[in-house]
Amino acid sequence: MHSFGYRANALLTFAITILALMCAMASLSDNLNSPTPSAEVLVLNINWFQKQPNGNDEVSMTLNISADLQSLFTWNTKQVFVFLAAEYETPKNSLNQISLWDGIIPSKEHSKFWIHTSNKYRFIDQGSNLRSKEFNLTLHWHVMPKTGKMFADKMDADP
Amino acid sequence: MGWIGETVDSIKSIQIRQVLTQGVSLGMIVTSALIIWKALMCITGSESPVVVVLSGSMEPGFKRGDILFLHMSKDPIRAGEIVVFNVDGREIPIVHRVIKVHEREDTGEVDVLTKGDNNYGDDRLLYAQGQLWLQRHHIMGRAVGFLPYVGWVTIIMTEKPIIKYILIGALGLLVITSKE
Repeated sequence: MHSFGYRANALLTFAITILALMCAMASLSDNLNSPTPSAEVLVLNINWFQKQPNGNDEVSMTLNISADLQSLFTWNTKQVFVFLAAEYETPKNSLNQISLWDGIIPSKEHSKFWIHTSNKYRFIDQGSNLRSKEFNLTLHWHVMPKTGKMFADKMDADP
Repeated sequence: MGWIGETVDSIKSIQIRQVLTQGVSLGMIVTSALIIWKALMCITGSESPVVVVLSGSMEPGFKRGDILFLHMSKDPIRAGEIVVFNVDGREIPIVHRVIKVHEREDTGEVDVLTKGDNNYGDDRLLYAQGQLWLQRHHIMGRAVGFLPYVGWVTIIMTEKPIIKYILIGALGLLVITSKE
């Protein structure tokens, strides 16, 4: 009943239970944070436009992205993954989402930033619909916790 | 002689009972583990509710040895989600982020392109020869939760099988020899 093995087992079980409980509480505490991020994206220039040999349109553009994501960080946040997506409709597709730029924000100190960049990933349509096409620019973020549940949300970044 | 026979019988019966009890408790452990796993499969709707991260392609978000909880719902797949997918001709599932989505107007089918956060380029090199997009049936689930380091247990066990056998043997011995 009070052998070494029995006590070691009880201690281990207790330690793991407490650790699991603390992880769960850390994850739940993220719900108390109500973030108020802000972002603005400007399309400064359309650099070039081309039709690929297979008929798909491709665009290159210069973007200016400024955002303040400080309120997304809590004590359980490991990093925030942020990306800018162009979203639009075409006759063939009810939704097209194309990531144009993304970045990993490792800490709260780096979460207020602005960047001047051309699109990091190629903006290619499935077809030939991009000429004078209206598209929404949406800033998405994905909060990766130190432990527990991941959070994701987005906001309209058009000025 | 009758006295000796009785003693032998009693010893024999005790041993059989003990062996049976140990057998039942061992069976209980195995079946309860199975019940938990199958229940998780039902709740999450994913054929493998928990996966271990094996590569560093999603660092610094997910490191090797972290575990991810998956969920498979009917919700459409959107850019930014971290999905676990199987590529034809590859046995090991991959955990990467969706960067492009094209959803058909008429059928609702999706074309999805993924990329590891830590990789330089997108995943077309990892897909099957000539495959440009992932479809819905390639995707096993999306990651919803995260627990660090726990997966090292399985990584060590698959890479050093001896440790696995020693552990199983020790646990088995413990169950068989324990009196309570």
